[in-house]
Amino acid sequence: MRYLTALLALLVSTSGFAVDTQRPQFTFTAIPDQNEAELVRRFGQVADYLSEQLKVDVEYIPVKSYPAAITAFRNNQVQLAWFGGLSGVQARRAVPGSEAIAQGYEDQFFKSYFIAHKSTGIEAGDGLPQAVAGRTFTFGSKGSTSGRLMPEFYIREAFGEAPEEVFSRVGFSGDHSRTVALVQSGAFEVGAVNYAVWEKAVANGDVDADQVSVIWTTPEYADYQWTVRGDIDQQFGAGFKEKLTRALLAIDDKAILDSFPRSRFVSADNDVYRAIEQTAQAIGLLDDF
Amino acid sequence: MHFFKHFLQQRRSLRRLTFYFAAIALVCLAFADIVISTRSPGHELWLMAKGLVTPRIEDSHQWLDAVIYTLTFSLQGVILAAGLGFVLSIFYHLAWVRVLGACLRSVHEVFWALIFIQIFGISTLAGVLAILLPFGGTIAKVYGEQLEESDPSPARALLPGGGTSISHFFYTRLPLAFHAMRNYTAYRMECAIRSSVVLGFIGLPTLGFHLETALRTGDYSSASALLLTLLALVYSLRFWFKAKWLWILVPAAFIARPLSAQWSAANLGQFLWDCVPGPIRQDWPLEKTLRWLLWLGEQIASGVWNTALLAQIVLVLTGIFALLGSTLNSSHFVAGMARSTGDGFLLILRSLPEYLLNFIGLIVLGPSMLPAIIAMTLHNGAIIGHLLGGHSDEIEPAAIPSGPLCRFAYYYVPTLYQRFLAYCFYRWEIIIRETAMLGILGIPTLGFYIDSAFEFLRFDVALILIAVSAGMTLSADYISRKLRHQFLKPDLRPAHGSQIQMAPLTFRNP
Repeated sequence: MRYLTALLALLVSTSGFAVDTQRPQFTFTAIPDQNEAELVRRFGQVADYLSEQLKVDVEYIPVKSYPAAITAFRNNQVQLAWFGGLSGVQARRAVPGSEAIAQGYEDQFFKSYFIAHKSTGIEAGDGLPQAVAGRTFTFGSKGSTSGRLMPEFYIREAFGEAPEEVFSRVGFSGDHSRTVALVQSGAFEVGAVNYAVWEKAVANGDVDADQVSVIWTTPEYADYQWTVRGDIDQQFGAGFKEKLTRALLAIDDKAILDSFPRSRFVSADNDVYRAIEQTAQAIGLLDDF
Repeated sequence: MHFFKHFLQQRRSLRRLTFYFAAIALVCLAFADIVISTRSPGHELWLMAKGLVTPRIEDSHQWLDAVIYTLTFSLQGVILAAGLGFVLSIFYHLAWVRVLGACLRSVHEVFWALIFIQIFGISTLAGVLAILLPFGGTIAKVYGEQLEESDPSPARALLPGGGTSISHFFYTRLPLAFHAMRNYTAYRMECAIRSSVVLGFIGLPTLGFHLETALRTGDYSSASALLLTLLALVYSLRFWFKAKWLWILVPAAFIARPLSAQWSAANLGQFLWDCVPGPIRQDWPLEKTLRWLLWLGEQIASGVWNTALLAQIVLVLTGIFALLGSTLNSSHFVAGMARSTGDGFLLILRSLPEYLLNFIGLIVLGPSMLPAIIAMTLHNGAIIGHLLGGHSDEIEPAAIPSGPLCRFAYYYVPTLYQRFLAYCFYRWEIIIRETAMLGILGIPTLGFYIDSAFEFLRFDVALILIAVSAGMTLSADYISRKLRHQFLKPDLRPAHGSQIQMAPLTFRNP
C-alpha cells in the first residue's frame, strides 16, 4: 500500500500538460529531419533566445513527421516553423497569408547526393550516370525536399520517365540516415540523400567508403526556411512579425548556429521557393491531376 | 486416384479446407514480390548486435515519461474500452450493434490515431481514443459471445418467458460470464501496451516514439534499452495488473496523464471539410475528376491486391509456425524450465514490434515482401502458438507412448486441429488489418497509400482508402464466420466460440 501511494505521488509529480490558457503561447516546431534529442537541444536554445528577444514565452514542440508539422502550423498549434523546401510550400498553401521570413545562408545553395553501393560499379560523373537505370533505388522521406522532391526532379529530367519506370524498385527509407544505412548494407543499390547529413555521417565515421560512395551531386536549390503564420500580428500585437524576423536574422550565437549547422540566417520570401513549388506541381505532389 | 476421389467426396472435411487455404497461399506466393538482394549487411548487423548487448538509457527523465505515457495510454484505453465493450455486449443480440462493433475494430489503431491526431493534435485524448475504439469493438464481440455462451438456465428459471430487465441481466447472466470476461480484459491489457508502443511510431509520446527515432538513426543501444523496457512491461503485467488494484491504478492513470486535447471547432470543421472528396470540395471539371478517379482506382487496386496477397501467405505460414511453436509451451513436449524458456521465447517474439522485425529483415534480405512476411509470421505465430500450447494441457496425454515426432504428427496435431483452425480464423481478420497497416513501412499494401495520403494532407483520399481497408477486414470476418459454422465443431463456432479468444491461460505462470 505504501509503495502504491509512493507510486501515485511519483506519477502526479511528473505529470505534464500544464497549460497556461491566460494569454496566447508563442509556439514553434520544426520538421523532424534529425535525431530527436539533437532537435530538442537545438531548438531549445532557439526558444530561449527568442523568449529573451521577444519578451514573450516561447516554446518548442517536437513533432514526429513532416505532415504533423504542417498540420500543427495549419491548426495554429504553432505560429512559426522551421520547414524544408517542400513542407514550407505545402504549409503556405494550407495557411493563406503565411510567409517565409528567413533561411540559412547555406539553404540558398542546397544540394542532394546520389549515392551507390560499390558492387554496382557505378562511377561518379558530371551528370546522373545512365548506369543507375534498372537498379534498386531508395528516396528518403516521401515529403522530403532533398531526399525526394529534387532527386525525383533530376531523375525525370535525365531519363524522361517516372522513377518507377527508371528503376527496378523504388523505396522510401523514411530518413536520410536510413538511406545511408540501407545503401551501405546493399539492401538498395542506389539512393538520394541530403548532402549535409551525408557529410556529417562521413565526418563521424559512420560511412564505410569501401561500400558506398557519392556518384552525382545535384545542382543547387533553395531549401530550409522559417515560415510564419499570416495572422501572427493579430495574435501577438502589431509589429510582432517584424520583431521576430529581425531576431532570427540577428542570431549570432555560435552554439545555436553550429547546431543547425548554418553560418548565419538571411532574409527570404515566398518567391524564393517558387521553383520548388513548380517542381512539386510538375511531379504531382500537390493537388493537381 | 482413390485418394482424390475420396478427397472430393469429403464436403466438410478439414483436410479439404486446409488444402484450399494452402493452395491459395501457394498461388499468392507465385505472384508475390519476393527477392533476396543482400550485399553487405554485416556492418549494420554488427552495429545492431553491439547495441543489443549494450543497452543505454540516454535521458532517464525522458525514458520515465515515455514509460508513464505507454502505461497510461494502455490503461485508460483498456478500461474505457472495457466499459464501451460491456455496454455494447449487453445489446449484442441487435444486428446494428454487431455491425457497429465490427466497424470499430476493422480500422487499425494506427489509422484511428492518424485521424484523431488531425482533430485533437498530438494529445492524450487522440492516443486514448485510438486504443478505445478498436479495442471497444473487439471487447464487445468477445464479451457478447461470452454472455451468449453462458448457461441460460438460471435466466429461464427466474422468468420462464425470458426477460430482459437490467437486474435480470446482472443477477442471472453476468455472474456466469464474469470470470471469462475478466481474463479476457487482462489479455487485452497486454495488447494495449503493444498498441500504445506502436502509436509512438506515428508521433504519440510513448516508448515507440523514442524506439522509432533510435532505429531510424541507427542508435541501437537506445533501441535495445527501450525494447527491454517494453518486454519488462509486458512480462510484469501478470504481477500488477490485478482487479483488486484497479481502484488505485485507474485513478492514478487519469491523474498522472489527464485526458487533454488541443482542439477547436475551427480545426474540426477544417478537417471535416478536407475529408469531402476533392472533386466535390473544389468543384473540379469532369476531366480532372476522371484523372483523379483513375489515380485513386490504381491505388485501391494495387493496395487491395498486395494486402490480400501478403495476408493469405502470412495466414498459412502463421499456421505452420504456430503448430510447431506451440510445442514449446505444451506439457506434451516440454516441462519445467524448458517450458518456461520456450514460452518466454514466444512472449518475446510476440512482443517485438513488427516494425523492428521488418527493419532487421530489410537490412538482411533486402527490400521485398519477404521481411514483412517473416515479421508477421513470427508475431502472429507466436501468439497462436502460445494459446494453442496452453490449451493442449487440457487434453489427455497420448495413450500409447511414442517419440515426439510421432506424437506430434499422429496425436497432437489431429487432436488439436479444430481448435487450431478456430484460432487461425479468429486471427485472419487481424492479419489483414496488420498487413494493411504495415504498408506505412514501405510495402505497397493499403497502408502505404494511406500514409502517402496523410503525408500530402489528402485526407479525403486517406479516408476512402481506410474505408477500403476496413471493408477487407469485414469481409475476412464474414468469411471466417461462415467457414467456422460450416467446418468446426459446435463449441468452436462463432456463437459459442468465446473460449478461443478469451485466452485464460495468458497470465498463468508457465
